[in-house]
Amino acid sequence: MSAAAHTEHGHHHKESFITKYIFSQDHKMIGKQFLVTAIFMAVVAVILSVLFRIQLAWPGESNSVLNFFLGDKWAPEGILDRGMYLGLVTIHGTIMVFFVLTGGLSGTFSNLLIPLQIGARDMASGLLNMISYWLFFLSSILMLYSLFLETGPASAGWTIYPPLSVYEEAIPGSGAGMTMWLTSMTIFIASSLLGSLNYIVTVLNLRTKGMKMTRLPLTIWAFFVTAIIGVLSFPVLVSAVVLMLMDRTLGTSFYVNDTMIGGEILEQSGGSPILYEHLFWFLGHPEVYIVLLPALGLTSEIIANNARKPIFGYRAMIGSILAIAFLSFIVWGHHMFISGMNPFLGGVFVFTTLLIAIPSAVKVFNYITTLWKGNLRFTPAMLFSIGLVSAFITGGVTGIILADSALDIAVHDTYFVVAHFHVVMGLSAIFGMFAGVYHWFPKMYGRMMNSKLGMVHFWLTLVSAYGVFFPMHFVGIGGAPRRYYDYSVYELFDKVQFEMIMDLNVVISIFAIIGALAQIIFLFNFFYSTSKGEKATQNPWKGNSLEWTTPVEHIHGNWPGAIPEVHRWPYDYSKPGAEEDFIPQTVPLAPGEEDH
Amino acid sequence: MGMKFIVLVVIVLVVIAVAQIMRVYELSKKIRGKSEADIDLRTNNINAGLMLAFLALFFGSFFYMLFAYGRGMLPNASSKLGLEVDWLYNVNWVIVILVFVITNSLLFVFAWKYAYDPKRRAHWFPHDNKLEMIWTVVPACVLAVIIILGLMTWNDITGKPSDDAKIIEIYGKQFDWTARYAGDDNKLGFADYKLVGAYGDYSNPLGVITEKHVKWQVASLDNQMKTIHEQLDAQAHGTEMYSVANVNKLVAKVEKLDRIKERLLRMNLMYGDSIDTYAMDDYMTKELFLVKDQEYQIILRSQDVLHSAYFPHFRAQMNCVPGMRTNLKFTPIHTTQEMREITGNPEFNFILMCNKICGVSHSNMKMMVYVGTQEEYDQWANLDEGNITMVVNDSLVAPEVNLVPKPLPGANAHGGGHGDHGDHGDDNHDSAH
Repeated sequence: MSAAAHTEHGHHHKESFITKYIFSQDHKMIGKQFLVTAIFMAVVAVILSVLFRIQLAWPGESNSVLNFFLGDKWAPEGILDRGMYLGLVTIHGTIMVFFVLTGGLSGTFSNLLIPLQIGARDMASGLLNMISYWLFFLSSILMLYSLFLETGPASAGWTIYPPLSVYEEAIPGSGAGMTMWLTSMTIFIASSLLGSLNYIVTVLNLRTKGMKMTRLPLTIWAFFVTAIIGVLSFPVLVSAVVLMLMDRTLGTSFYVNDTMIGGEILEQSGGSPILYEHLFWFLGHPEVYIVLLPALGLTSEIIANNARKPIFGYRAMIGSILAIAFLSFIVWGHHMFISGMNPFLGGVFVFTTLLIAIPSAVKVFNYITTLWKGNLRFTPAMLFSIGLVSAFITGGVTGIILADSALDIAVHDTYFVVAHFHVVMGLSAIFGMFAGVYHWFPKMYGRMMNSKLGMVHFWLTLVSAYGVFFPMHFVGIGGAPRRYYDYSVYELFDKVQFEMIMDLNVVISIFAIIGALAQIIFLFNFFYSTSKGEKATQNPWKGNSLEWTTPVEHIHGNWPGAIPEVHRWPYDYSKPGAEEDFIPQTVPLAPGEEDH
Repeated sequence: MGMKFIVLVVIVLVVIAVAQIMRVYELSKKIRGKSEADIDLRTNNINAGLMLAFLALFFGSFFYMLFAYGRGMLPNASSKLGLEVDWLYNVNWVIVILVFVITNSLLFVFAWKYAYDPKRRAHWFPHDNKLEMIWTVVPACVLAVIIILGLMTWNDITGKPSDDAKIIEIYGKQFDWTARYAGDDNKLGFADYKLVGAYGDYSNPLGVITEKHVKWQVASLDNQMKTIHEQLDAQAHGTEMYSVANVNKLVAKVEKLDRIKERLLRMNLMYGDSIDTYAMDDYMTKELFLVKDQEYQIILRSQDVLHSAYFPHFRAQMNCVPGMRTNLKFTPIHTTQEMREITGNPEFNFILMCNKICGVSHSNMKMMVYVGTQEEYDQWANLDEGNITMVVNDSLVAPEVNLVPKPLPGANAHGGGHGDHGDHGDDNHDSAH
């Protein structure tokens, strides 16, 4: 709907409505399609989370909101069904991790910014790009549809560990819901791979004259490396998913061994659930960086631009992106310290995991130094970028605890873990995504978003996000396991602790509801501004990178004339000797002036 | 329904109203010649101030929560290695909180301090090798310390238990736990999932292997197959009518039961006469009673899906994996009574929770754990107390069944029939002592 609202201006090529708005091969339109789809998926996932937060704060109490959304089947008398609770948790996680923060984040910004910032007319293959979006769309539909199945959606947790996910008799959600989940994910991965291959080829081959790799904006470096991680790790998840489909339908036993379900002795024998865990986390951990790196890339650009300062340590930033990407492939075992894996192997993973803290620390210090003696404009994008750095710190330090296997044992699979990854990956990435939307909205829709509403949105979101996830650490250190329908079991062993945990759960849920409502401000601002927002100028943020040299109105091919040539890096902000506090990349070096 | 409609109408009206206000705002901005991209100094300064205010609120609530909800966290560890883990926690917490406070402070204070000033120009500072070297090397050194301390504790936790450790098996299934004490010999009898079942008034919930259990299970399988054969005969003679699909299902079922029986018989052949040795004094309970200062080695198995045995107070946790044995060890150092005094909570108990999503009633899967003295334990374990739900013993009268498996296909060529062919080797992996 948003896409249709504002493109009356693009009359560069005669195109039909269908090729322009629906089956478009233009990277800018595809980016917007990804964004709007992801926003819709995010709204669904947030509603799901509010529903299970209501259950956690007020267990057993009748609530008409639950009944309103879930009906008499899943919330009879306004009390949430136990199986549906697990279904909500599972689908919330799946949608957020894959559909919003992978498909939505990379899909939107890699598509929008790669050609614009490297100086290309479009992606290397517009057709593959279009197919990538439509596969994403199809997988989204399947995932949403699974919510309406008779036996409920997949409900074995977003990690779908076997044997729970293999046998329908083990949990109702492992029936049709799980089949749909696996099918949807397979299609999603195909989409992601097509996108990633396209990004890699485009960055390597289609850079404009003068755009050396060391003159690329950090956004592009982040998207490029993210795409490489995706291409190397997602296929492993496909194989994991296909093997599981075979275990479920053909009676193979890759993941199952000596199992008896519902009183029936099953024949399948010789496999190992731990094999699945290895395959899953071989994607699962790099996935964290697939989510995080694009957000960090966007933030690098936004912080430099709004601090009117070059990003500090440009080469170190690239180095740390590469180091994080490499290390992300050899740390997956830290999800499996207590899986029954050999403890020696656990020790190795402790070592590699904690190494990641080094490039991460470098990035944080570089961001902070970029702010130091800057001249900071607090646009909504800048605010969200600062929020990202804070979340990255706060979530990162608890990672040190969880990476330490001896400490992990005590809090593994508790709310401490939930808090940790929501802050470091969820908040960081979603803040990065918000920052990107506010910053590049003029490039997407030719209009500006309202900055005052953006600020209100930021402060409400920041406070409520920490209000949700900060107390969650305490609940986790209290030993509260995740994926529990309620904590009545605590009454059996420690009533005092039970009351504390319930108090905090109420606080968390209230902040979750406030935070969810605050997003209405964003939604309103976004959709209102697509058609009614103030018209943007060509370079509203006084940025250096190439996208700000394209016309405000979208044209196919991005630049009306020749593609501009690049003469410098994108971070010449407040360079001594220059009159303005920014020098676009297209400006040739002055005689005697040094490249960065 | 009427209510829902009114809610909808109100929402639509609110959206329209807000949109109109926005229009007015946009127009007034246009008249004043302002743009969203312009820096409004007043707003910018408000945001800068909010950075500082947020920092204060952030740390304020952090320390408030430490103070107010400290009691909501777990009490000090109640196991020997748990104390070591707690010490490591404290070391890590000091480092982590220090980093958290310093870096967040720098971030928000800089954000506040360097807010836009039209008279100033940002300082040109693209890189500094020395600084970057410092914040690469310093974290690396700190992490080296964290890694070394962590791995030392990890080795202690995962190392071999001492010879004095008492062995207890904890068996998970949807949605409860059963404990099996190893008895006087401190050795658990072998077990296999194919033996799990109930026969008449006798049951074998953990699949413990004894000769009589094998016989009972074979008889039980024979019985099930007989019933299905009767049904199929009835269909063949026209006294019952089944659909083709149902007949196929019955045929598949009977074939499957036959295969399971054959696997069971071959497994039995492999164990030979030794199977009863360790199992005979094992006994099962639905609660766990431990003796203070006694080291325990806990063997974990699962019947159906992944479970995780989580003892929060002992800082011990390990997954239960179907078809595999995992283990953990700990030494309780406080009795339940002592913990009640330490925590000041007269109703305190230790607990074992399931901490890996295992199905719809996951959150109900728990086992009460008590720690007492040796005398208290002896009394608790007295059969008359009713805490022991089952003892493996000889009193069972087993039916007479044929325990000779069918020859393997092609077995004659190898003069086989011993049953120790590699293709069924998996059967004895999960059974051990």
